[in-house]
Amino acid sequence: MKIILRREDYNRMYEHAKANVPEEACGLIAGKELEDGTRKITKVYLLENIDHSNEHFSIDPKEHLAAIKNMRANGLLPFGNWHSHPETPSRPSEEDKRLANDSRATYMIFSLEHEDEPVLNAFHIEGNDGERTVRKEELEII
Amino acid sequence: MKITVAGEKKDVKDGLTVAELIVQEEVETPEYVTVSINEEFIKNDTFDTYVLQDGDDVEFLYFMGGGR
Repeated sequence: MKIILRREDYNRMYEHAKANVPEEACGLIAGKELEDGTRKITKVYLLENIDHSNEHFSIDPKEHLAAIKNMRANGLLPFGNWHSHPETPSRPSEEDKRLANDSRATYMIFSLEHEDEPVLNAFHIEGNDGERTVRKEELEII
Repeated sequence: MKITVAGEKKDVKDGLTVAELIVQEEVETPEYVTVSINEEFIKNDTFDTYVLQDGDDVEFLYFMGGGR
C-alpha cells in the first residue's frame, strides 16, 4: 500500500519529535483513501506520550477519542499512528510489533537516531502474537 | 433500542452487554480494545456485565503504544 504525506505534515511531525527528545513523541494519522487504495494523509495529530519515556509510548485514550471524533467530523479515515524513536532506527521494535493490534492500521516511525539525518518509514503489521509480519510501505512525501 | 457505535446508529436488542456488542461488531483482538460509553471509559473487566442503554454512544479504541 502506498502512503502519501504532505511535506508540511512531515515537518510538523519532525518538530514534535525533536521537541520531545529524549522522550518518544507520538500521534495519529488520518486522511482519504484514493481509488487505487493509496492512503493520502491529510491530517496528523500530535498527541501526548503519557508514558513520558525514551523507551515507550502510549497515546492518551482521551486524546485518542477526541481525535477519532475530529476525524469523523471532518470526513477523514483513521489510518493509524506514528511515534518517534529518539535513539534507535526507524523500524518496529519487538514491543512495537507486539502492540500493533490493528491489522488495518499504518504504523509510522520517525527515527532521530542520527540528528542530521531523520528517517521516517511506514509499516503494515499483522498476524498473531509471536508471529507478526512486518511490511514496509511505500511512502511518498509531497 | 438504538445506540451509536463508532458514529453509526444501530438497532440492538434490549439488555445488550458490551461483551455481546464486541462479538456482534466482530471487533479484532478485543483484549487490546478500550471502550468508551458516552465519552467515559469503562474498565475492561466490566465488559461482560455492563448493560448498554438506549441512546448510548459507544466507541472502540485500540490501545496505541509501543517501545524502542
